[in-house]
Order: sequence, then C-alpha cells, then structure tokens
Amino acid sequence: MTAYTRRDFFKVTAVAGGGLVLTVSLSGCRPKPGAAPSADSPIDPAVFIRINPDNTVVITIAKSEMGQGVRTSLAMLVAEELEADWNQVRTEQASFALKYGEMGTGGSSSVLSNWKRLREAGAALKGMVVAAAAKDWGVDPKDCRAENSFVTHPASNRRTPYGALAEKAAALPLPSRVTLKPKAEWKLLGKDRTGVDVADIIHGKAVYGLDVKIPGMLYAAIERTSVFGGTVKSVDSAKALAVPGVKQVVEIQALGDGINVHAGVAVVATNTWAALEGRRLLAIEWDGGARATESSESYQAFMTAAVGRAGDETVNKQGDPDAVLAKATKVVSSTFETPFLSHATMEPMNCTASVTGDQVEVWSPTQFPDWGAQSLAKALKTDLKNVQVHVTLMGGGFGRRINPDFTVEAALLSQKIQQPVKVVWTREDDLRHDFYRPCSTHRIDASLGADGLPEAWRHRVSTPSIDVLYGPKPPNGWGPNETDGSANMSYRVPNRSCEYTLLDSGVPRGWWRAVSTTHGMFAVESMIDELAEAAGKDPYEYRLGLIDRVWWQQPPDSKDFPFQPERLKGVLTMAADKAGWGKPLPAGHGMGISCGFDHLGYAAEVFEVSVINDRLRIHRVVVAADSGPVLNPVGARAQLEGGVIQGLSAAIKERITIAGGAVKERNFDGYSLLRINEAPAVVEVYFVETDTHPTGFGEPAVPPVAAGLANAIYRATGKRVRRLPIGLRMA
Amino acid sequence: MVVRITVNGRPEALDLDVRTTLLAAIRDHLRLTGTKEGCDRGECGACTILVDGRPALACLMLAVAVDGQVVTTIEGLAQNGVLHAVQQAFVDHDALQCGFCTPGQIMSSVACIEAGHAGSPAEIREWMSGNLCRCAAYPQIVAAVASVAASGR
Repeated sequence: MTAYTRRDFFKVTAVAGGGLVLTVSLSGCRPKPGAAPSADSPIDPAVFIRINPDNTVVITIAKSEMGQGVRTSLAMLVAEELEADWNQVRTEQASFALKYGEMGTGGSSSVLSNWKRLREAGAALKGMVVAAAAKDWGVDPKDCRAENSFVTHPASNRRTPYGALAEKAAALPLPSRVTLKPKAEWKLLGKDRTGVDVADIIHGKAVYGLDVKIPGMLYAAIERTSVFGGTVKSVDSAKALAVPGVKQVVEIQALGDGINVHAGVAVVATNTWAALEGRRLLAIEWDGGARATESSESYQAFMTAAVGRAGDETVNKQGDPDAVLAKATKVVSSTFETPFLSHATMEPMNCTASVTGDQVEVWSPTQFPDWGAQSLAKALKTDLKNVQVHVTLMGGGFGRRINPDFTVEAALLSQKIQQPVKVVWTREDDLRHDFYRPCSTHRIDASLGADGLPEAWRHRVSTPSIDVLYGPKPPNGWGPNETDGSANMSYRVPNRSCEYTLLDSGVPRGWWRAVSTTHGMFAVESMIDELAEAAGKDPYEYRLGLIDRVWWQQPPDSKDFPFQPERLKGVLTMAADKAGWGKPLPAGHGMGISCGFDHLGYAAEVFEVSVINDRLRIHRVVVAADSGPVLNPVGARAQLEGGVIQGLSAAIKERITIAGGAVKERNFDGYSLLRINEAPAVVEVYFVETDTHPTGFGEPAVPPVAAGLANAIYRATGKRVRRLPIGLRMA
Repeated sequence: MVVRITVNGRPEALDLDVRTTLLAAIRDHLRLTGTKEGCDRGECGACTILVDGRPALACLMLAVAVDGQVVTTIEGLAQNGVLHAVQQAFVDHDALQCGFCTPGQIMSSVACIEAGHAGSPAEIREWMSGNLCRCAAYPQIVAAVASVAASGR
C-alpha cells in the first residue's frame, strides 16, 4: 500500500533540546454525523509527534479519552508505522488549539478520521530518521532498517536510537512519498495492548475533572431550575451565607444559543461541603415558565396521536405504501415506545474555571473542547485566542460531555467572582440536568404478500428533535436525523415510507451513545421479527433474505462509506452460527436475534434469556461486529461488551420521567443502572474483519440490543414487549 | 474536632467539622483523590475503601466515626512498588474502561476475596453488586476477581 505525502501536509521543525516535531494536517477529518456545530474560523489543523533525545516518542492526542481507549489506539497507529518501541511511547493530551482542527470526540469517528493520516505521519517520520542515520553512516537508506525505535545498518552492524537522530532528521526534507505497511506486517496493530492510562488508574493517580485542583480555587454548587426553562424570581441567601466557609451567593442567568446553561443560584465556598450545605439553605422562588405543565404523560399522549396520523414531515417515500396497505389482506401494525434516557456517567459533570479580565482558562472533562472554546468565547464575550481549554481524563462520556453547558457555566461563575472556581455537580444535579436521549413513539404498519415478504412498510416516528436546541431547521426538516435507524433501515420493501412529527418539549436533548438508532432499531428490529412470525418464517432466515442495499442514506456517510449489505449479512450469519441459532433450549428459555448498521459499523446480536416465575434473566449474548480491521482487539471487545450491556441497562431498567416540567428521578435508586449481578454472565464477541477502511466500535453494538432482547423474551414467553424499559420482573 | 486516623499506614490528625464525611476527609483534606465520589448516597460504590480491613462506603460515613481506626484507600494498596494481586488482575484482565469506578471496584474486590465470597462467578457477581460500572466492564471484573481467588494470593 502506498500513500503520498504532500509538502503542505507535513511540516517538520526542530525543537529546543534536540527533539523533532512533525506536524500533520487534519484535512481528512470528517465531522460526526449529526454532531455539534464545528469551528467556523479558518483552521490550520495539526497533531504533533515528538521524538525526545532519551528515545521516548511522545504522541499528542487531540481527542478526548473517556474509557473508549482512544489514546491507546491512536498512539498505536503512529507507533506501528514509525517502528517505535511501544514501551517507549508516551501520550500527551492536547489542550484546545485551532491547529488541531476538529477535536470533538464522538460518533465512533476517532479511528475513522485518523487511520490514514496518523499512519502516514509515523511512516514519514520513520523515513526521516532512517535518512538521517544513512547520511551519518554514508550508506544507502535502502540498506537501513527501522526497528523498536532504533535505525540499524545490518551490513556494518551499526545501530542508533531515534533519539540521537531526531535533530539531524529535522533538518532533512520530508519524504515525497511513504509506503504504509500491509496488515500482514503489523507488529502492534491487531494485537492486544493495555490502555496507556491503566497504570495511573489502578494506582488511583489518574486525574479526572473532579480531581483537578488549582491554586486559590474555590468550590461551588449551583441550584439550577428543576423545571426546564424556569427562572429565578427571588432568592434569600441569608442562611446560606451564614454557613462557615460560604463566601458568596451568585445568580446565574439562563443562556440559550446552543450552549444551554440553566438559570440558577451558585453558592461559592472554600470547600465542597460548605457549598452544598449553603445551597441546601437557599430559599429560592422560581418562575417555572411555559414548560411547567409538561409531563411524560402529556408527551406520550401527543406522540401516540401523532403516529396515528400522517406525519408532519415525510422523511422519505418509495412506491405507494398507503395505497398498498389500504388494499392489503395481511397487515401487521405495532407501536413501540421508549423513554428519555440519561447518560449517567460515573463521574458527574464538573468544571474548574479561572477567568481573569478577558483571559479564560478551564479544566474540563469535555468531549468537545473546540465547541467548548467557541462557546466560552461567545458567552464570556472574549476572543477565541484568549480561551484555554484543558481536557482532563473523563469518567465516561457517552455523548453527555459533547455539550458545552457545564464548561461555560463554570467560566461564567468565575468571571462574576473573579476567582478560580470548581463547579461540582452532585449525582442529583447530573441526573436532573442532562441532555437526554429523546423519548419516542414509533408505529409501523406493514403488509405481507402471498409469499410472506413485506409489500408495504409505513413507519411513523414522533420524538422531540435534538437539533432544535442547536441550530436552525435544516432544509430537509428535523426528521432525517431523528429517524436514523428508521428511515434508512436496510430491509427490502417495495413500498415504504418514513414520516416524522416533532414533539415540542422543554426537556434538553443530546447525543446518547449511538443516538437515534437506539430507538429506531428497537422498532425496526422488533417489527421485522413480527413480520417473520406472521409469514411463518424463521426470523434469522427472514432477515438474511431481505437485507438489501439502502436506497436512502444520509450524507456524509453515504458518499465515502455506503452501506454494504453483504457485511450486515456477514455479521448476522456469524452471530447466528456462534450462538447455535435454532438449537433446542430448556423450557422458559428463548433466543432472539437482531442486527443493524450504525455509525458505519455492522453488528448482529443473539440473546438467550429465560423468564421463569416472571423473573427475566439474560444467560448469554453473542455479538458479531464488522467495523473493518481491528486495531486493538482488547479495546474493541470492551467497546462491544460495554455497548451491549449499556444497551441492556437502558432496555431493562432506565427511564427518565418528566413531571411538572422537571425530572422526577434523583439518584441511582430512582434511575437504576444494570448491576454486575444482573448483567449477562456471558458476552461473546466475534469480529468479521472486512479488509477496508476501519471505523469505530463504540456505538454500533448498542442499537440492536433492545429489539434482540425483546425478541428473545417473546420466544421464551409468547409475549411481545413493545414498551421500554422492560424491567426484570415480567409480571 | 481532631480526628486521628491511620491512612495507608500513615497516622493523620485532621481538624474537621464533625459533619465532614470520611470521603471529604480523604479527598479534600488528605488530597487522596483516587477514592471517587459518584452518588454521595451509597448507591454506586465508587467511594469504597477499607476500614480496619472491611469494605466501607466513605460517602456514608462521618470521618469522626473512624477515629482511631485504620483506613486503606486505592493509593495504599500497592506495597513497595509491587501491585496488589487484585490491581495486577485488573490490568491483566482489562477490567476497566474509563476507570472512574475502578478504585472502588478494586477495593470491593479485595474485600470480597478476603471475606471468602469469591468461590464462583455467581458468588462474585452477588458480592460485587454494590459497585456500578457504567462502561460495563463487568465480565472482565468477574474474571479478574475469580483469577485472584483461584490463585489463592
């Protein structure tokens, strides 16, 4: 495999102390589908690789680490081509800078957008240290080899560490072309590598946002309006100010503009306890505003009505499903309901900010430091060049930390008090002020022909839209992003449509791991199972026979990464084979299957469950996935297992309830996550490694889960589950 | 009041408001931030530590309640640069993702094994059920604990 480097693509400079820095353009970066707005300023994007005189290689990671292993896999891409000694490779977290380009981490896109350029960077740098050694020795570079951070010349038995060559290499011209290693020659990639942060974590030394401490820092707790959109009418802070350690009580104004800071009252203190105690003693009179009467019931009533009629937006249409359904003799109609979900990262939101004059500096566990920095500049009315965003390690992200709200809020407070401050969110704050996965209702009406195959499929979706909070209505409406997983489902039906009706809601929405496919595929993969049954066919065989090219696909994925039906069939077959699909099971047990395409990855899953004495148990999950070549198998397996179990947690236990315009659940007792004794004992992971451009594993395993589980429950009990969460008790 | 605790082998005397939780004493006063705060009401297990060798949720205890006792946190588990067997098992089994719950998971694992409740994967799952992991490294956590229990270390 050969790749060409361009002069304007790489730039090499010597640095003080004899090191060498290679700058790589990030022009190949692709924004996350349906993601946050990106920088509108001109960008000179770059990442850095540094070779130190002590022969260590330091790779700057311009993505955020939240447990997905991005620091490890991106470093592996560089080290593989650089022929670096992995034990001598270090990573460094990039703070926000325009030169890095798109730093936002989400959409399973980090490997996707770095696959080519980071390997090219490693290969180019390798070429330069080899050239430097060859020049020194007066030999042909072709007779030299690079290995384990050393250049060798076997014929003369000479050997020099990269560190001793870096300065000389920096003075040499960039190679005009580089040759990337074929997969068969990989030494690092494709083999298990322990995460680069693991050693710090198991010693308790890793620094998450909550662990940040800066000189002179105060602590703050903010009482935010529990009713979304509410405002502060009045506040009596006398009792709060009487708490020893409490310094100040400061009102925070609501801020929209895509940033979405809530109105609230901050208690600033010398320690966390005093801030929380002071907050407890605040007497605030709130104005609930226009959303104060909204509830889960009012939303459900709207959505149920909405999917009972033609949608406000026709997302797509092929043939004439309405006419076919009107005349059909065999029609199956089902309605599926899902609740709002919280991200519930183990580390609650928090941010430490220091604002002095027009200078803004924050330490934030953020997935999108670039969006954060732009939002800070906007909200604090300063120039982007005055803004520094340091990215901490984060205790889970799952999309919650894309939003800049918690970062901006802390900086606004620091600006008001003109002192450094850490804003600490309690679990209650975090659960009640999330950007939730939208609630949804789906109705699918389908008809079958005499051959049992679907002739018409009309899918009506109603949800609040995520995008409404972040920008103007796109020309093609709110529907396309909300119906990802619905409108673009991959089964062949000659007459089909997808319609969308916006639910107006005051509940903040955001990007929850895999986003809209989490509810869309629950409906689609449940419905296809129901159709197989109505047709008297095996649900696995039925799917296999119907998977087809997707005739409607959203940009930008469609252009460079079109849906490939054979890859979905590949994982489906793999999962069914490994699970022993069709084998006899004990009484009360059942197997369910599902599959899907999400964030450019293919996944199929088989669930074996039992329902005995109304108690649901998940005995075994088999997941097969194809996101191309696997770079760090142990990391990829973790993402798939984690995706499956998080999907199960949502399908079985998680629900955010809205009452009086506010979230009812307060802590993990009300918003319950799947525990270790409730999780499946066995999650088996299999890879289909199609030889192509790799994509990500973080999200694709999540969307098929709910339907696969519901289908298994049906096989075990004869009861269809069409409303989530299912619960562990199936009374 | 002054609270005397031995933390990771070091005697400490802390002048604390009597309402200070053990978690705040450890994280804010001793600056041992390896012990994490995830819910502040005993639901998630991220703050699990050992008090006189037994597992305890630091967020639910007042610091004064452990006056005169011996506290071990994640920072005190490795001895002379050698990882505790459970720490090593978490590395070997990749039993973590974001790592935020990991200190609590490791401390609970140590206690689970010490108390003889790691006899089978099912027993481990029951005894470890007080520790949430949102990333869901659950299968690897069970494997890590089982491996240490089986090795008799």
